This record gives sequence, structure tokens and C-alpha cells, in this order.
Amino acid sequence: MGKVKTLGDKRRFSATLVQQQQMNHDVYRMVLSAPEIAAMIKPGQFLQLKTGRLMDPLLRRPISIADADDGEGTLQLVYRVVGEGTKYLAGLQQGAEIDILGPLGNGFTLQGERPLIVGGGMGIAPLLYLVRALCPKPVDVLLAGREASELFWIKLFAERCQAVHVTTDDGSLGTKGNALALLPQLLAQGQYDMLYTCGPDPMMEAVAKEAAKHGVPCQVSLERYMACGIGACLSCSCGAKDGSRKKVCTDGPVFWAEEVML
Amino acid sequence: MSKVDSRLAVNLAGLQLNSPVMTASGTFGFGLEFRDFLDLNRVGAVMVKGTTLAPRAGNSGQRAVETPAGMLNCIGLENPGVDKFLNETLPQLREYDTQVIVNIAGATEDEYARLAEKLTVPGVAALELNISCPNVKQGGIAFGTCPESASGVVRAVRNATDKLVITKLSPNVTDIVAMAKATVEAGSDILSLINTLIGMKIDIDRRRPVLGNVIGGLSGPAIRPVAVRMVYQVAQAVDVPIIGMGGIMTTEDALEFILAGASAVAIGTGNFVEPELAERMADELSAYLDKTGTASITELIGAALPERQTREGGGCTC
Repeated sequence: MGKVKTLGDKRRFSATLVQQQQMNHDVYRMVLSAPEIAAMIKPGQFLQLKTGRLMDPLLRRPISIADADDGEGTLQLVYRVVGEGTKYLAGLQQGAEIDILGPLGNGFTLQGERPLIVGGGMGIAPLLYLVRALCPKPVDVLLAGREASELFWIKLFAERCQAVHVTTDDGSLGTKGNALALLPQLLAQGQYDMLYTCGPDPMMEAVAKEAAKHGVPCQVSLERYMACGIGACLSCSCGAKDGSRKKVCTDGPVFWAEEVML
Repeated sequence: MSKVDSRLAVNLAGLQLNSPVMTASGTFGFGLEFRDFLDLNRVGAVMVKGTTLAPRAGNSGQRAVETPAGMLNCIGLENPGVDKFLNETLPQLREYDTQVIVNIAGATEDEYARLAEKLTVPGVAALELNISCPNVKQGGIAFGTCPESASGVVRAVRNATDKLVITKLSPNVTDIVAMAKATVEAGSDILSLINTLIGMKIDIDRRRPVLGNVIGGLSGPAIRPVAVRMVYQVAQAVDVPIIGMGGIMTTEDALEFILAGASAVAIGTGNFVEPELAERMADELSAYLDKTGTASITELIGAALPERQTREGGGCTC
């Protein structure tokens, strides 16, 4: 009866898988042909991907955008295999069609002349596209991972960034420790006028605190379990500092650090 | 892209719908969230998010998790409160040609009655009594699992409003027919069934329940056979119209509920996956009527019930 492709929705599309590449033991990068989405999407927005047949897995999977090329009509998604849905995505072959809702949510505010970007783990993904959007401003980036294999990102950022700083929890690459092992000294140089961060909540909370200490405006991009991604289910709701509730999907996922409780 | 098909019109105790496909409370926000995905004018009715007297923040911790062919949630009735709904949301919803049904939840009979009074305004077509929410400590399912307390809530609302009263039944009971009879006797004009089934999931790595509230409500296709069975049983026991819901993902699913005795259906979890589903399903029901040579969807209501089959077998045309 119903057929996805014939739907006239403004934000539901069928994308074609162009390329799939394994980045480390559980992270994959896919290139999709999706000209409508590539033309619209802003850094920090996300997509909801159908992963399989109608009933199981049932819910879509929210995935951030690691890059988009309006000219080519392509998107890049970098995702970690964590369960059945992402396992399904990793098994797709070139030419496969993927049912996508998007772009969803609000992206980063592009401001400042000397931005610093701090990414942790899979939270690094949406920041690559952010760097593209900030060009030609000189952007520095601080990438934090548990160990070296998580930081395949370095060469991707190196093409676009002024400086790439690296920390790993186990010291297998860059400075040993988490993002806070380097951030205070970077901020102390006093040259940054905007900070963007995405990663685990405790990291973002610490990064935001450090930014506030130096008077640098800071945006955080939140990740929460979400069922719908379009503001209906309230699974991803988080507390705002003014006492109200915010939906990570439609009020975020990007917020000013002082807006939300991490 | 498509127009209203008069063959899909149904009338539930005076609630006139241009399509028998509605959207279930808690799965469609206030409707406005879906404007980018479908034409709200083609949704039979929007059953808005459970509304309480004061705003509620809902539960903390993880609020949803996927399960086989379904999901568990423990949102905990997060909502902006009835006043904000009346002042900000209802005026926007009234611009659409869809019926607005407000799902209400209270901790006491008096709270239900006060909500009903406040919502007795133009633009609200009916009130749906949420006496089956598994995720709040006071009220909610406590009302919905005992015939006497459920009847008390229905009577309190019945006395407070002349709007149509819909009671949404919990499946978490031993005898759904007893609950249905009691709430109809107390004054329900229409019954909705079913709400979610209580369930839980455990994270074996953390050795802890996944949900912040420990237990949650199970929805999605996994619960559909339970819902169809309950509609089928209740339809034979009461004379009020039934809105069938529980895991409807396809037009075939909706037809099962209608044949089991539902006069209308509501899409719930399906809205999360296919936000345009309510509109598309109306088109597909029209196509089904064409294909089967059926003059009106009302011909199908309860067609699978044993009573009806006997009547038809006996050649009775009434």
C-alpha cells in the first residue's frame, strides 16, 4: 500500500548510499546522495534514519551530520555500531535506499572571528561540518578520545583547521588526559571569541565552565535518547536553567551553555 | 494532494470525524509539531498530550527505550498545563479542520472536574480521561485499575461538563469488560482502548533497570493483538462507540480494529516512525473501500463480531 518515495513530505526523503567505509573497529562513515537534504542542512542539525523494515527495529535512529556538500548533493554520516539499528546501517551496500527524516533540530550559531571547537568521542562528528561552515575563519580544534583509534578524525580536521590539538585518556596519542588537560591553557592564550562543544555531558559541562571563566560564549550540542526526533514523544526532554523544559530534538540539539542543565 | 472522502466519515456519539483515523495522546504532541509532515485537516481528530492543571516536568532519567517491535516510555505526563494549552495552543489548533480532543489527567476526582470545567470551551470536541497512565505516582493508573474509582472520576467529569466524555482504559486489569461496563454506566460517551501495557527492561551491563522510572508503558506493534482482543470483547459488552488503538502501523492493522468493533482508530507509536501516517492511512482506507466495493467505512465496524455474523447469517438486514 504505502510507498515511501511517493510521499510529498517536506522533510522525508529517500537517500541513496554511495559509499561505506569502516573507520575503526566499530565506527563507520557513509556517504549518501541526498541533494534535497544537502541543500538545506546546517551544521548541528541531525537526521532520523529508518533502520530496517517497518516493525523491528521500530524506531528511527538519530544521526548527526559529519559533512554535507550542496554542490555534490551528498551527506557524510559517521556513526558507531551500538545496537541492531546501527548494525543494519553498517551492513548496507552501495546503492541501498535509506528512508530519512530531516533536517531536524537547530544548528550552531555561526559567530566569532576566532572560534575554538572541543569534541569528545562520537560527539566529534557534527563538528567537522561546523568547521566547513566556519571557513575561511581560522578555526582551532581540540579532539578528545579514550584512545588513539577513536581519533581517525585528525586528518579530516587537519585539512580544514589552523591547529588540531589532541588528548587521549590512555595517552596513546597527544596529551594524556581528557579535554580539560589542554583546554585551560588554550583559553588562557585569550585569543578565542567563541567556543563550540559536543561530547559526553560531563565533558561539555566542564568545557562550558572553563569557557565561562574566560568570558567566551559557548554552545553545546546534546545527545539524548529520542524516539521521534520531531518534538512529540518528549523522551529527550531536558531541564533548562530557567526552570522550563527543553526538547533536545526541536529546541536543540544545540543550546547556549547557560540555557540548559547538563 | 488528496481530498476528504465522505465515505470515511464516522460519527461517534455525536463526535463527527471526517476520517476514522485519529492520533493518540502522547504520541502527536499538540498536533502542530506535525505540520511539516502531514495535512492536519485530514486527521480525524488530534488527541492532545495529557494535560494537567499545573505544568509538569515529567520523570528524570532515561524516558524511553526500544523493545522488540515496540518501545517502553516513562515520560511522566510532562506538559505545559491547561492554561497554556487554552491560551496558546488551542487557538492555533482551531485553524484546522480536525477535531480537538483533550486528554486530561489529575491526582484527584476534583482535579479532573476542574480540568473539565476549564476545557468546556468552543473548539474542544471531547475530553479523554487519562485514568490509565502507568508513569505517575498519584492518580493515573490507580484510577484505571479499579472499577469503583474509575467510575468516580467519570462521574466527576460528567457532572462538570457537557462535552463528550471519552474514557481511556488501561489494559493492565484482569477484566477489561468489567472496567468498560463500569465506566460506561458512570457516564462515558465513548471508550478508548488500549493505553500502554506495563513493562520493563534491564540493562545487563549496568545490572539496573534502563528506565529512570524503572517501569514504563509498552506500546507499538508488540501490543496490537492484546488491543484487538480487548476491543473485540468490549464491543460485545457495551453500546458506546470505541476508539481502537495499540500498535497500529498499517492500514491493515486499522481495519483489524474496525472489524473488531472500533468505530475509529488512533495511531500512537506509529506517528514517531512515520509522521504522515494518519493522512496516508485515510487515503489507503479509501483505496480499500474502492477495492472491496464497500460503500462506507461504517459497514465494516464490528463486522467480525460473532453477534453480527449470526445476524448476517440469518438474513436480517437491521
